Amino acid sequence: MPPTNSDESRNLAFQQAIDADRTVEPRDWMPERYRSTMIRQIAQHAHSEIIGMQPEGNWITRAPSLRRKAILLAKVQDEAGHGLYLYAAAETLGVGRGELTELLITGRQKYSSIFNYPTQTWADVGAIGWLVDGAAITNQLALTKTSYGPYARAMVRICREESFHQRQGFELLSELSRGTVAQHEMAQDAVNRWWWPALMMFGPPDTESPNTAQSMAWKIKRVSNDELRQRFVDMTVPQAQALALDLPDPQLRWNEARGHYDFGPIDWEEFRQVVGGHGACNAQRIAVRRAADEDGAWVREAARAWEVRQNSRTSAA
Amino acid sequence: MGGPAEQPDFRSVSHAEDWPLWEVFIRGRRGLSHQHVGSLHAPDPELALQNARDLYTRRGEGVSIWVVRSTEVHASDPDDQGPLFDPPSDKAYRHPTFYTVPEDLQL
Repeated sequence: MPPTNSDESRNLAFQQAIDADRTVEPRDWMPERYRSTMIRQIAQHAHSEIIGMQPEGNWITRAPSLRRKAILLAKVQDEAGHGLYLYAAAETLGVGRGELTELLITGRQKYSSIFNYPTQTWADVGAIGWLVDGAAITNQLALTKTSYGPYARAMVRICREESFHQRQGFELLSELSRGTVAQHEMAQDAVNRWWWPALMMFGPPDTESPNTAQSMAWKIKRVSNDELRQRFVDMTVPQAQALALDLPDPQLRWNEARGHYDFGPIDWEEFRQVVGGHGACNAQRIAVRRAADEDGAWVREAARAWEVRQNSRTSAA
Repeated sequence: MGGPAEQPDFRSVSHAEDWPLWEVFIRGRRGLSHQHVGSLHAPDPELALQNARDLYTRRGEGVSIWVVRSTEVHASDPDDQGPLFDPPSDKAYRHPTFYTVPEDLQL
């Protein structure tokens, strides 16, 4: 349908409301592109939480103590919860839950490519908590002020719950780093493998991020990829020093003039490869999610059938 | 791996219909009213309560839960916000600050 005058005036009113920092709520009129961008972004975020259960879930049975096992279980359970808050936020825009699951397992919607890296050692659980959750929190704190109300509210809840995720990772690595030589080496190896992928989590550089301008204008995104990445680096360097672990970047150094840490170039070709489906675990992550969906089908159907039968009994009585 | 044409149609198998949507309200502690915290899917009220417990009270956030089928919530139209809520704005005399009283009195 060609745009009409009324579409134009509604678009204008929408932008003015955004400029005045008015939150967009589900029943408000919104441009179709705002709606589809929001659905794609929230769904991708939800899928990331759900797929993100796998790399760490992998270590639950092998956690080295009951304390660590209980912590890891709670963390993975939180990720399930965060996925569900986000799916519910996406659904307020008119997309169905089953539809979102299908889009994920048929590869038509993406999740964060960080979860396509394998968790090779116990120290990876620490590195994920410290670096991956640290990067996620940096991104999510900025999103608590995003323009779409249900998404912003989910972010507030998630940020409140996630601070323990990063702290448990830091504590885990701290114990390993100060443990035996072998434990220290295992911690360093995990940090070496997770540092660069964590920096890639903020997405391509601003100069190569074509959607950023529109997302900033709609206040979906409040802070650019490069600025968030810099925040994360500045925050993390002193933490690495406290852990007595090195960050694998010879160019990392404080820049007095900028008031920030400089860091070396990111291998964006690796990023493109992993996003494009060629990471170590892409196929496995989707296969596991698909199997869970298929294995759970009978439960969804049985619960449905039970409810239908209960209803028919009630109405017959 | 096959292309899209060879993918099984999951919608017809297991996602033919989502479980109904429920709105979840939680009383944070005794003495407070229930507040809306979010929504979830469940086939019946009993499972909706169980799921709400798992999803929204993992850190002792509540002492009581209400679940309401989302289809049972009737909402005002956001486009009516003006006409619906404007009338009281010219009735300043409904607020205590409208009245002038001696400043040295407790009133």
